[in-house]
Amino acid sequence: CKVGEKSACSLESNLEGLAGVLEADLPNYKSKILRLLCTVARLLPEKLTIYTTLVGLLNARNYNFGGEFVEAMIRQLKESLKANNYNEAVYLVRFLSDLVNCHVIAAPSMVAMFENFVSVTQEEDVPQVRRDWYVYAFLSSLPWVGKELYEKKDAEMDRIFANTESYLKRRQKTHVPMLQVWTAEKPHPQEEYLDCLWAQIQKLKKDRWQERHILRPYLAFDSILCEALQHNLPPFTPPPHTEDSVYPMPRVIFRMFDYTDDPEGPVMPGSHSVERFVIEENLHCIIKSHWKERKTCAAQLVSYPGKNKIPLNYHIVEVIFAELFQLPAPPHIDVMYTTLLIELCKLQPGSLPQVLAQATEMLYMRLDTMNTTCVDRFINWFSHHLSNFQFRWSWEDWSDCLTQDPESPKPKFVREVLEKCMRLSYHQRILDIVPPTFSALCPANPTCIYKYGDESSNSLPGHSVALCLAVAFKSKATNDEIFSILKDVPNPNQEDDDDEGFSFNPLKIEVFVQTLLHLAAKSFSHSFSALAKFHEVFKTLAESDEGKLHVLRVMFEVWRNHPQMIAVLVDKMIRTQIVDCAAVANWIFSSELSRDFTRLFVWEILHSTIRKMNKHVLKIQKELEEAKEKLARQHKRRSDDDDRSSDRKDGALEEQIERLQEKVESAQSEQKNLFLVIFQRFIMILT
Amino acid sequence: MDRQQLPSRRPLGTVSNDLRILQGDSSLELSEYGDQQRGGDNDEQEKLLKESSTLYVENLSFQTTEEQIYELFSRCGDVKHVFMGLDKIKKKACGFCFVEYYNRLDAENAMWFLNGTCLDDHIIHTDWDLGFREGRQYGRRRPGGQVRDDLREDFDVGRGGSGKQAQGCDRRGIH
Repeated sequence: CKVGEKSACSLESNLEGLAGVLEADLPNYKSKILRLLCTVARLLPEKLTIYTTLVGLLNARNYNFGGEFVEAMIRQLKESLKANNYNEAVYLVRFLSDLVNCHVIAAPSMVAMFENFVSVTQEEDVPQVRRDWYVYAFLSSLPWVGKELYEKKDAEMDRIFANTESYLKRRQKTHVPMLQVWTAEKPHPQEEYLDCLWAQIQKLKKDRWQERHILRPYLAFDSILCEALQHNLPPFTPPPHTEDSVYPMPRVIFRMFDYTDDPEGPVMPGSHSVERFVIEENLHCIIKSHWKERKTCAAQLVSYPGKNKIPLNYHIVEVIFAELFQLPAPPHIDVMYTTLLIELCKLQPGSLPQVLAQATEMLYMRLDTMNTTCVDRFINWFSHHLSNFQFRWSWEDWSDCLTQDPESPKPKFVREVLEKCMRLSYHQRILDIVPPTFSALCPANPTCIYKYGDESSNSLPGHSVALCLAVAFKSKATNDEIFSILKDVPNPNQEDDDDEGFSFNPLKIEVFVQTLLHLAAKSFSHSFSALAKFHEVFKTLAESDEGKLHVLRVMFEVWRNHPQMIAVLVDKMIRTQIVDCAAVANWIFSSELSRDFTRLFVWEILHSTIRKMNKHVLKIQKELEEAKEKLARQHKRRSDDDDRSSDRKDGALEEQIERLQEKVESAQSEQKNLFLVIFQRFIMILT
Repeated sequence: MDRQQLPSRRPLGTVSNDLRILQGDSSLELSEYGDQQRGGDNDEQEKLLKESSTLYVENLSFQTTEEQIYELFSRCGDVKHVFMGLDKIKKKACGFCFVEYYNRLDAENAMWFLNGTCLDDHIIHTDWDLGFREGRQYGRRRPGGQVRDDLREDFDVGRGGSGKQAQGCDRRGIH
């Protein structure tokens, strides 16, 4: 049995029993117990009040242990802040503040700590996010401890509030439009996270700190706990800002539901109620704790304590979409949320799928003002989700998109969803799952287009060479044989023609790439083999920048019905260095692609290209670092050992470092060039 | 509801239990599978499996294509290679494949998030693999169980079929 997983009655007896056993174990296992409890405080914030109660009971039985635990927590807090683990640090601060409720920590010393936190807002020449964090750590602990602190030290608390309020009024909020999922204020404003939290705490204060959602097991032990002696927190100075400090990014609070969305069930707490904050915090914490194990995660989510008083399924769906749509990036990989939602549908088949369908409908209705990145994630989520449920969906409900301009968000969304659904299944399936009225939005059959294929192509230049090549490919020709066939291809850019015949010749590229890709069309593997086998020819033909661009152009002509194939071919060509990243960027912004510029596959390719470039740079930088460390270790060993032979080893390593240094510089310059191309071409389009 | 639950006899275990949930990762545990054809002792195999970025995927539909597998598994990271499993005699897809990623973490994502989900209406199963080698794409088992829908001679109301093969092309219209 796990602490906190039973009814309230046995939770208390559980805790009492546990406290008894731990107290008995203290002489022998003290440091282990201290470590365990600190870890739980750090990593299981959704179980906060259960473990603070446990510590409270232990403190009542053993004052010294309570003192040592508080010291250990403060040490842990300092370590977390130094290591930039700010999210964990928030949980530690919250744990400490709840220990006030358990009579382990004296309220005035907690107030003093919060005074120090909020005084960080006076610091100058520090990033705003640093000041933000200390304010957040203070405010986000108040749902748990606000009542107690206000009762004991209301004057001091009022002062801290005044300082907080003036800070919140003067801080910059230019990040907000960048992080909002929708540009529209209706039906739910996307609020800046500190503003929202401030509003929630203000409301809580106005309600005289009456808070009914948080589970507080320590209330049942009040008679024991109030006999306990309390400890004072040592004065806590926030560690100073350093160059290596990295603070959490600001957020915008995602809201998609309110009490009107579930008229039958329990009322959803309002957006400025502290209950909403606590529920969302706890659900986010559960996901953070269990995201790698979707069955556990789903089980923990649906068994959230107090679930009968809130529309839990709505909260869960909202919190999951909040993470999925978070800008700039979700906390975890997108696919995790897809499978978590599927797992939840399995666990609650009678209720969750309906909420999810309602959510999908709402997201569809608001597509017009949704951030494009979020629309992309919505498309990927929805198509993957449908593929797990036989693509069942009431498409007719979305018939309104059929009469809209095809370039507007709703029809575009449906088209992209169907395209992704096809990638997970096959063309005919898509035609079968949508009503006939939707056929205009269905993707093209992903077939290969070979320009030399039919009789009318007899008159095309290079046609005979194409036939020749086809025969050669089929009889397993070598690269040399292909070269010699290509030699005879005339160059339409006659002026530049030289005898070697290997300057940029678009016709050569055309016949070669068209014919080869057509013959290898059967599958990805066939195409990859073709690229590998005739790599030499590709490299030669694509030697110049124009060559690279033309290879991409011809490939696109052959496969324009099969965006997925285009994406994987571009990926392979970059990885085998047939084309480089800058060539791909130039191609994406070229006039040939202007018609498809707003189709998502184009952006898929661009993002993938940028990612590959970045990964490449990081990889070589890492190799360089490792080589440097190896050298440093060798030097150290030499000074320890006084070994002559390592002089020679040094030499080889130093050479390697020099080579890697050059590699890093050249990779970084390629990366810079890639971004320059993208920005310049973008500017050209926008002006 | 059990209101008379006695406190556990090993309560320290309950706290450790919570921690195990955080630290342990049962979805990454190695299953019983060991590649018998590969030799090498078990410890070495286990070590290699813990570093592998290749997955063995089974219970695919016989008609699932490389393209579908690429699409699904690309959601966990860049796919390096897909090797389709083939029936030894007929050289046709027979329900399994190998998916190789460029790095281990992407393969772990696939184990966490794709194992036990649907592809082509089949619940697929993924497992760590020691890495593809030529020859391993041929199924060792006698093909049994799944009959390709297009090879069926009878007509199955639920699954269609009935000799589509006679028409000479698969459901994608490719000969």
